[in-house]
Amino acid sequence: MSESERTPDGPRADAGARRPAGGPRSSPRGIEPPVTELSAPFWDATRDERFLLPWSTAREVPMWFPREVDPADPGQPIEWREASGEGTVYAVSVHHKPGPGRDPADGPYAVALVDLAEGVRMMANVVGCPPDEVAVGAAVRLVWQPLSDGRNLPQFTPV
Amino acid sequence: MTARTLRGAAALVGVADAASPTGELDSHGRALEAAMVHEALADAGLTLDDVDGVAYAGMAGGFAEYLGVRPTYLDGTMVGGSSYELHVEHAAAAIAAGLCDVVVGVYASTPRSDRRRPNAMPRGMPPGPNPAFEWELPYGLRLPMGAYALAASRHMAVYGTTSEQLAQIAVDTRRWASLNPRARFQDPITVDDVLASPMIASPLHLLDCCLVTDGAGAFVLTSAERAADLRRPPVYVLGAATGGTHQAITEMPDLTVTGGAVSGPAAFAMAGVKHDDVDLLMAYDSFTITALLHLEDLGFCPKGEGGAFVEDGKLGPGGALPMNTNGGGLSYTHPGMYGMFLLVEAVRQLRGEAGDRQIDRHDVAVAHGSGGVLSTMGTVVLGTEATL
Repeated sequence: MSESERTPDGPRADAGARRPAGGPRSSPRGIEPPVTELSAPFWDATRDERFLLPWSTAREVPMWFPREVDPADPGQPIEWREASGEGTVYAVSVHHKPGPGRDPADGPYAVALVDLAEGVRMMANVVGCPPDEVAVGAAVRLVWQPLSDGRNLPQFTPV
Repeated sequence: MTARTLRGAAALVGVADAASPTGELDSHGRALEAAMVHEALADAGLTLDDVDGVAYAGMAGGFAEYLGVRPTYLDGTMVGGSSYELHVEHAAAAIAAGLCDVVVGVYASTPRSDRRRPNAMPRGMPPGPNPAFEWELPYGLRLPMGAYALAASRHMAVYGTTSEQLAQIAVDTRRWASLNPRARFQDPITVDDVLASPMIASPLHLLDCCLVTDGAGAFVLTSAERAADLRRPPVYVLGAATGGTHQAITEMPDLTVTGGAVSGPAAFAMAGVKHDDVDLLMAYDSFTITALLHLEDLGFCPKGEGGAFVEDGKLGPGGALPMNTNGGGLSYTHPGMYGMFLLVEAVRQLRGEAGDRQIDRHDVAVAHGSGGVLSTMGTVVLGTEATL
């Protein structure tokens, strides 16, 4: 079977809807992110499906990737603040050959860079629609994908 | 300090490279590296006794030790595929400053034959903090092609660039490869062939992607003064500059603009050359989109017009802007960090030693390396004695 003959449905189309409270967690696929010292607050909040961004208190701007300190003013603490979860697709690639940790049988999936309303850009999968339908400029919103340890991975779905 | 400090201060006086149509080499590791250094020194008419500087994308001291060289200059700059352009820039500056006299740079990698070699060095991520583990890899990003695919996606959305236009770059590069008997792939391809090849990471097809082959190379750089007495016509470093923007693709400020927009103008200004002066462009083609971004960021065409610029086949044999005449990373060889081969081919063309693929006018060449995922650009402008 050639790559292009695979089903257009992404491996995580089922993650497009919010997980019902107390419902079953889907089995994890792919690589689960490690927790580092600087990102622990982010991951802890995802257990309650809260989406936090680290803000520079000195400059009043969010930062991504997370930093332990504000590199422009390392003496100032950073502050984790809840984000809207609204974004726009900046760029997208449908991966027909899977990346590390992905099962080829799951088929193509959309890897996107999403510009958040707060002004930072993060990577995520766009799920809940056929991956080929994800377009640059499309409005997306946050959805959660359960991880095996109770954390949730931020993902996005078309609005 | 003027903007043209390095112009003509140092010259590439010896080069070597190894590649094979099979994609594999018989030798590997330190032995292959040492063979390349030996060949490049012989090309220059120098010996290891002349070497007082070593450039190596990694632990330079370990390689100097292996050679038995006790250097006064070491450069371990490791930024991926453009490391060798940065090595030339730094070494030219060091020579101009009197820190050293003869610098050798080397690269060897045999990912293809390593598959059969159980004791090969394990490949993997470098140590140290790597946010990509946490914020990119969980999303199944396939590196490196996924990152370049995102850049291509953005370029298409903003500027209307098409898959056909990107494919033309692969087609013209293959036309050059058909003139290089050592190229991995030499049979002509068409735009339709590229579009019909399997989609790897949209919008990039298999034939938009570089090869995985064994390969190796080396250069010798010395002062202009010393270069004048050596075996081969010197190829002078007229200008060199670096432009870094990010490490992980998520952090790239604008996926349609690379650090080449900084390093290119700076290197051209130092060299005092205009685009019309450039006889040969060796622009790192890890993917077709990579080469297209280089054309724009180096200023051969305005931003966003790269697709239309390449459409007429001007990059191929007989075209107005010969690019990647060895067949490039797309068709000649790509062992992982291809920047060394840009320099080697530029030197061979400027000396008039390129055989069937020799270009007619050959006084100015640009070697433009790309490291990481469009992360660190290194531009080196090279010229013959006539350009001094």
